[in-house]
Amino acid sequence: MNIKIEVMEHDNLLEVTLAGEIDAYTAPKLRETLFPLSEQEQVNMVVDLTDVGYMDSTGLGVFVGVFKSIRSKDGDLKLIGLSRRLIRLFEITGLAEIMDINSQNEGEKE
Amino acid sequence: MSQPYDYIEMKIPAKPEYVGVIRLTASGIAGRMGFSYDEIEDLKIAVSEACTNAAQHAYKSQEKGEVSIGYSLYKDRLEIIVADRGTSFDLQELRKKIGPYDQEKESIEYMREGGLGLYLIETLMDEVEFHHNEGVTVLMTKYLEGEKVESGAKTISP
Repeated sequence: MNIKIEVMEHDNLLEVTLAGEIDAYTAPKLRETLFPLSEQEQVNMVVDLTDVGYMDSTGLGVFVGVFKSIRSKDGDLKLIGLSRRLIRLFEITGLAEIMDINSQNEGEKE
Repeated sequence: MSQPYDYIEMKIPAKPEYVGVIRLTASGIAGRMGFSYDEIEDLKIAVSEACTNAAQHAYKSQEKGEVSIGYSLYKDRLEIIVADRGTSFDLQELRKKIGPYDQEKESIEYMREGGLGLYLIETLMDEVEFHHNEGVTVLMTKYLEGEKVESGAKTISP
């Protein structure tokens, strides 16, 4: 029940890879890592959620905050590798309509 | 109303690090009862949201509270009660802020970053009741597939 956060920067692209569970305990760590990055000008951030086995509203809250911060500086945030469960979470909360989710991969995966 | 055939109760300190423990317990119990993978994942989120609310609430008011979680196992359903005994937060106020995001109404700058927890509980469980007196108690029920026929309220997720 923890989270592993990896950030790689190359060619103006911030690649964030997450593994583990995002809940009330781990969300603050995620926020602390992503927020400072999101406040730079025109950040291009891609967050890979392939190895995230669990997420709830605490994680959604972090991504909403980061998304707002990045957009306010004319940057871009993409979330990739979402499982069918995570896609459902973004869909039922209406966030799938607003945020860029799984746009560059095949879409759903089991 | 039939009697539960088993009842399991747990108490955790009102701290975020224990929410995952309750989530694992809920998963184990629901799995034993025969809930499907998706139903178990829904239950995990709902119970985590309820515990998160309780823990954050206790944290904000600087209390060293406890959260009680009760699982009532019935033949046809699982009832979960999550109770925090802290001073009550304003449920009415909280309810105003719940609900899905609406792209039409909310511009990105004003998108709220919280308030989805209660909405998820209500969406993912079959029946939810909030009681609000000394603290806040959430009573939520999920029926085993095909058991809740008469009310017809069950929605099948895509």
